[in-house]
Amino acid sequence: MFSISDTEINKASLEDAVSDQQAGAVVTFDGRVRNHNEGHPVKSLEYQSYESMAEKVGLEIIQEAQQKFDIHQVAAIHRVGHLGIGEAAVVVSVSSSHRADGFKACQYVIDEIKLRVPVWKKEHYVNKDPEWVACHQCAHPHEQDLEQEQEQDHKQDLAHKHDH
Amino acid sequence: MKVTIKYFAAMRECCEKSEEILETDAETPQQLFEQICTLYPITLAMDTLKVAVNEFYVDFDTPLSDNDTVVFIPPVAGG
Repeated sequence: MFSISDTEINKASLEDAVSDQQAGAVVTFDGRVRNHNEGHPVKSLEYQSYESMAEKVGLEIIQEAQQKFDIHQVAAIHRVGHLGIGEAAVVVSVSSSHRADGFKACQYVIDEIKLRVPVWKKEHYVNKDPEWVACHQCAHPHEQDLEQEQEQDHKQDLAHKHDH
Repeated sequence: MKVTIKYFAAMRECCEKSEEILETDAETPQQLFEQICTLYPITLAMDTLKVAVNEFYVDFDTPLSDNDTVVFIPPVAGG
């Protein structure tokens, strides 16, 4: 299940929702509002969603995770409205027979939620005007991978040079 | 034809409304975006947006039909 909620996320009930007797692991990611972003102190966040589409895209992501990984159940909830520091903005729970698949699936689901689900975040700062946030990493999800690959290529080049 | 446009986040602030039904000759989301840029002070460039028609992401050159619901989606930032 995937849902959008305007009230506090009940993490325990989400973990109950993925409960499965075959599961030896429940992995939960709890994404919270932090008190800073890109060097600016943040006092609160405001989330907005295109709810009907968000629930559809969220469900697609969960179905993809169930196909890609050896897991049992997945449930996720994203908050909307005004959230204070420390409140849970998104929670993802995955049950699996073994922990490795649970960790991988949980990461896949949260990464794809951030990339594809139509949810927007306005940051209210301590000392400047509020702004709608554009997730740079999400807009270029493979940038970090590319950087790592380039670094790896560079190391290989160096190793190659040492051979001679 | 008529299309419903829903506005969210920064787009909502530019247009100062959350939804409207617009009479349009636009054949694609790109043409529709050009039309709304003549109506509102939109500060977002089209290449920073995605577009959804009837709750599915589509390309900006996808043909529009009567009664479609179109949403120009600013960069998402869940989590």
